[in-house]
Amino acid sequence: MTAMHTIYALSSGALPAGVAVVRVSGQHTAAVLEALCGEAPSPRIATLKSIRSRNGFVIDSGLVLYFPGPASFTGEDCAEFQIHGGRAAVNALLEELSKFEGLRHAEAGEFSRRAFQNGKLDLVEVEGLADLIVAETEMQRRLAIEHSGGGQSKVYAAWAKRLTHARAMIEAELDFADEDDVPGSVSERIWQDMSVLAQEIAAHIADAPIAEIIRDGLKIVIAGEPNAGKSSLLNALAQRDIAIVTEIAGTTRDVLSVDLSLAGFSVKLYDTAGLRETEERVEQEGIRRAREVIERADLILLLSETASGFDSLSDITSDGTAVLRVATKIDRDDRQWSPDEADVLISTRTGEGMDRLLDEIAAHLPDLSGRTSLALPSRRRHVDSLRQALRAIEESLAGQHYGLDIRAEQLRLAGDAIGRITGRVDVENLLDVIFSEFCIGK
Amino acid sequence: MTQYDVIVIGGGHAGCEAAAAAARLGANTALITHKASTIGVMSCNPAIGGLGKGHLVREIDAMDGLMGRVADAGGIQFRLLNRRKGPAVRGPRTQADRRLYREAMQREISGIANLTVVEGDAFDLIESDGKVSGVVMKDSRTFASTSVVLTTGTFLKGLIHIGDQKIPAGRVGEEPSVGLSATLLRYGLKLGRLKTGTPARLDGRTIDWDSVGRQGPDEDPVPFSFMTDRILNRQIDCGVTRTTEATHKIIADNIGKSAMYSGQIEGVGPRYCPSIEDKIVRFGERDGHQIFLEPEGLDDDTIYPNGISTSLPADTQEAFIRTIPGLENVAILQPGYAIEYDHVDPRELNATLAVRKMPGLFLAGQINGTTGYEEAGAQGLVAGLNAALLATGRPEVIFSRTNSYIGVMIDDLTSRGITEPYRMFTSRAEYRLSLRADNADARLTPLAMELGCISDARRDRFTDWQVQFDDGRQLLKSLSVTPAEGNRHGLKLNQDGQRRTAFEILSYLDQSISALVPIWPELSSIGSRVVEALEIDAAYAVYMDRQAADIAGIRREENLVIPEGFDFDRLSGLSNELKQKLKQHAPRNLSQVMKVDGMTPAAASLILAWLKRQNGSAEREEKASAQ
Repeated sequence: MTAMHTIYALSSGALPAGVAVVRVSGQHTAAVLEALCGEAPSPRIATLKSIRSRNGFVIDSGLVLYFPGPASFTGEDCAEFQIHGGRAAVNALLEELSKFEGLRHAEAGEFSRRAFQNGKLDLVEVEGLADLIVAETEMQRRLAIEHSGGGQSKVYAAWAKRLTHARAMIEAELDFADEDDVPGSVSERIWQDMSVLAQEIAAHIADAPIAEIIRDGLKIVIAGEPNAGKSSLLNALAQRDIAIVTEIAGTTRDVLSVDLSLAGFSVKLYDTAGLRETEERVEQEGIRRAREVIERADLILLLSETASGFDSLSDITSDGTAVLRVATKIDRDDRQWSPDEADVLISTRTGEGMDRLLDEIAAHLPDLSGRTSLALPSRRRHVDSLRQALRAIEESLAGQHYGLDIRAEQLRLAGDAIGRITGRVDVENLLDVIFSEFCIGK
Repeated sequence: MTQYDVIVIGGGHAGCEAAAAAARLGANTALITHKASTIGVMSCNPAIGGLGKGHLVREIDAMDGLMGRVADAGGIQFRLLNRRKGPAVRGPRTQADRRLYREAMQREISGIANLTVVEGDAFDLIESDGKVSGVVMKDSRTFASTSVVLTTGTFLKGLIHIGDQKIPAGRVGEEPSVGLSATLLRYGLKLGRLKTGTPARLDGRTIDWDSVGRQGPDEDPVPFSFMTDRILNRQIDCGVTRTTEATHKIIADNIGKSAMYSGQIEGVGPRYCPSIEDKIVRFGERDGHQIFLEPEGLDDDTIYPNGISTSLPADTQEAFIRTIPGLENVAILQPGYAIEYDHVDPRELNATLAVRKMPGLFLAGQINGTTGYEEAGAQGLVAGLNAALLATGRPEVIFSRTNSYIGVMIDDLTSRGITEPYRMFTSRAEYRLSLRADNADARLTPLAMELGCISDARRDRFTDWQVQFDDGRQLLKSLSVTPAEGNRHGLKLNQDGQRRTAFEILSYLDQSISALVPIWPELSSIGSRVVEALEIDAAYAVYMDRQAADIAGIRREENLVIPEGFDFDRLSGLSNELKQKLKQHAPRNLSQVMKVDGMTPAAASLILAWLKRQNGSAEREEKASAQ
C-alpha cells in the first residue's frame, strides 16, 4: 500500500480531435517524463517536446507540462501531454505508458479522488467538479462552479467557525466558572447568533429543491385521456419525431422522455399512456407506469381536446403538484373554449399557442433573480447533514431547562454534521479561542 | 543489596499514589524521597479538585487511591463548582489545611504494610540486559528493583527565579535533582523546559479582613471519597480582593525586573495560570484582577494570595501587594517566585506511562509536562499500577478516553505531547456526558476489583451500592403511567396516549424522584445518594444511547480491513493529530480504528468511506489483473 500506483488517462474528449490531453499523476511522473521526453520540462512551462517510445521511435510531438507536487491538481507530481488527437497517436502513448512499472490506467474520477485525499479539494469541491464536467445547461454550470470553486465550502466553513466560537464561549463558562474574567452569563451572548445560524441553515435547506431542479431538471409529465395529443406535443417540443403518433387511442404504452433546455434550465419531459379503464394487459401496465411518473412530477401538463376531459381527470394528483390544463387540437374549428376552461390553448399542427405554453412552463422554473450566488445544497447527503446540524442547534436552543453540558454537546454534534459535508474533520482547539478572549488564571 | 519489586522516586502527589497503588497490587515497594517529613506537601496552592481536576480526584478514589480520602481529611472549604450547569461539568473542590493534608497523607503511606520509605537523594539508575534494574543513591547505596517510577516533579534541574536572583532548587529550601537529568539524557529522551510560578505568602494577622470580600463554603459539603460519609473539619471562608490601578502601574513600571520579562526564563508557562506580570501585559485594560486570600490551615496564619504569582524582585512584590485593598499593611512571609524545570517529552511514553526506550522505567507527574496535584496523582496511579503489574508478570492496564479523564489525559500527553504545562479541562473529554464525577465509581471501581487493587471495605460498599442502584433503576423502569393519570398527579406530559415509565419521566431534567413519590410511594424506599445517581442516570440516558448507537453503527463495518503498512498520511480531512495516532497504533480494521483514542465518530466515518472506496477499487484492480 505504501507504493501507490501512478495513474494516467486521456483527459480530453472523444477522438479524433485536434488536440488530445493525456494526464499522468503520481510518484513516477518525473521518471515517465525523462523516459519519454529525455528530461522533465521546467515546472509549469509548456514545452514542445518529441515524445519517444523507449525503443527511441517518435510517437508524436506536442506540448508537455510538468507540475511537481504538491502544487498540482492532485497534489502529486503531475504531467500533461498535449498531443495530436488522432486515435492511433493517443493509443500509442497510452500503450507506452502502460509498459512502465508502477503505472496503470486511472479509474473514473481517480484524479479528483487523489486531489481530495491530498487535501487539494474538499468533498463539496470534488462533487462540484464532477457536476461541472457533465453540466449541460447554464444553470448547471453556475451551480457546479459555485461548488467546485469553493464558494459553497466557504459558507460551511463560516458556519463551522461560528459553532466553534459558540462552543468556546460555553466551554469558557464551564471550565473557568471560578474565574473573575468569565462572567457567568458569557454563554448567553451566543444563543442569539445560534438562533440566526439556525435560520440561515433552514433557509439554505429550503433552497435544496432549486438545486435539485437545476441538477436533475424540472420534471414535466404530459398526461391526459387517450388520443388527447400528448405524443404530438412531445414531438413538437422536442422538435423531433420521438413518439409514434396515430389516431388510434392507446398508441403510447411506455413512458417516453426527452431532455430539453429552457431558459438555462434542464427540463425533462415525459410522455405517458392515456389514462382510461382498459382490459388490455400491455396498456394497463403503461397506465400504471404513467401514474408512477405523475407521482414524481414537478409539473403536469394535463391535455384534453374537450373541457369535460379536464373534469374527469381533475383528481390526477393528490399531493399539490402544479397542473397546467392544455387544450389541444384547437385548429379543428368544431370546438369552442371559454376562457376559464383551460390555461393554454395549443395546436401542434399550426404551432399556435406553443410560445404561450413555453412561457407558462418557464414560470414554474425557480426564480433566481436577486441571487448573487448559487450556494445551494446540491446533494441529498448535504441536505441530510444540514438537517442533522439544524436539529442539533434547535435542540440546543430549546434546551434552557437542560444543563449547559448537554446544550454544548448538541452544538458539538452540529459542528460534526457540518464538517461531514466538506469531509474536513479536525480537532478544533477551543482552548485557544478561550485564552485569546479571557484573562484566565487565579 | 535490598531487592524490591517497584521503587518510586519522589514523595509528592504522583509518588505517593504510585507507591500506594503498587503496594495495593501486592508489590514489594520502596518510596525514595529527600525527606520523609515532606511527603504529602502541597508546594503550590492549598486546594484540591476543581473543574476537570475534581473528576481526576474522584477517579483516583474509585481506584482506591489516596488523594480523595486525604483531601476529605484535610479539606476546610468544600465547594461544588458548576452545580447548576449540568452534572457532567460539576467539579468538586476544597481548600486544604496543609498540615492536615500532609499528616493524613503520611498516615496513609506509613500504614501500608509492603511499602518502605527510604530517605535520600536518588542519583542514577542501574540497567542490566537493556532494562532498568535498580537505583543508585548519591551516598552510593544501591537498591535493586524490577520497575522504577520516576516522579521528580520540578526537581529536574529546578531553578528558582526571584527578580534577577537565581537559586537552584526543587521547591523553596529543597535541593534539585541533578543526577537524574543526566540519566534521562543518557537514555536519549527528549527533554523540554517549562516554567511555573507561585505567589508570595502573606501573614494573615496583618490583613485587614474587614475590607475584603468573603467566599464561603457549601452548606452541605460533598466529600471526594466514596468511603467518606461526612466532612468533619470546621469549614472556613476565603477572602476576595482585587488589584488596583496603582498595582498595575507598579508592575508595569518594573516589568523589566521580572525574571520572566528580562529574558532570564526560557521555559514556557501555562496560559491558564499566568503570572500577574502576564495579566498586566496581556490584559492591561482590565480595571482589576481578582485575588482569593486562601488560608493555608485552620491553625495557620499563612495566607496564599491566589492570582498574583510573580517573579518580580522581593521589594517590588511588597510594593505592589500593598496597593491591594486589605493588604495595605501586610507582612510577606516568603516572596513569590518562578521556577523552571526540565520535563520529558511525554511522547516518549506509552499509555502505561512506561518509557518506550527503557523497559522497566515509568514516569509520572510534572516530569511529564503536566501541572497540578490531581494530574500528578492520576498519573502516579497509572504508573504505579503498571510498574507493579510488570514486576509481577501480569498484563498492563490502560485507561481509555472512553472510560475516564485519566485516559483522556494520558492519551493527550502520550500522543499529542505538550506546548505548555498540561492541565485537565472538562472540554478535553469528548465523552464528557458519560465521564462524570458522580459516576466515577461505577466507571472504574469494577476495573479496580478486577485488578485487585482495592480494599475489602470498598469492595463491599461498592457492591452494595451497585445492587441498590440497579434495583432502583429496575423499579423506575417497571413503573409506568398514561399521560392522563400523570396529569392527575400534576405531571405535565404530552397527551399522546403513550404510557411512560418513571425512568422516562425522569429523563426530563426538571423532574425528580421526590415528585414521583405521590404516584408511586414505593420510590420513597430508595436511599438519598442512590436517588441522585438515578436522576442523573435517567437524564443522560438518551444521550448515552445515542452515543452507543453511533459506535454500534460503525462496529458493523469492522470487517473492513486496513492493509498492512497503510499510509495514514493519505487520509486528508483528518487532522495531523489523528493521523499521528493512527500511525502510532497502526489499526488493522475499522473496529481497531474506533479504539484509537481520540477517534471521533466523524473522523471514523471519513476513514470508513475511504476504506470502502479503496476496497472497491482494489477488487476492481484484482479483477483487471486477473483478466
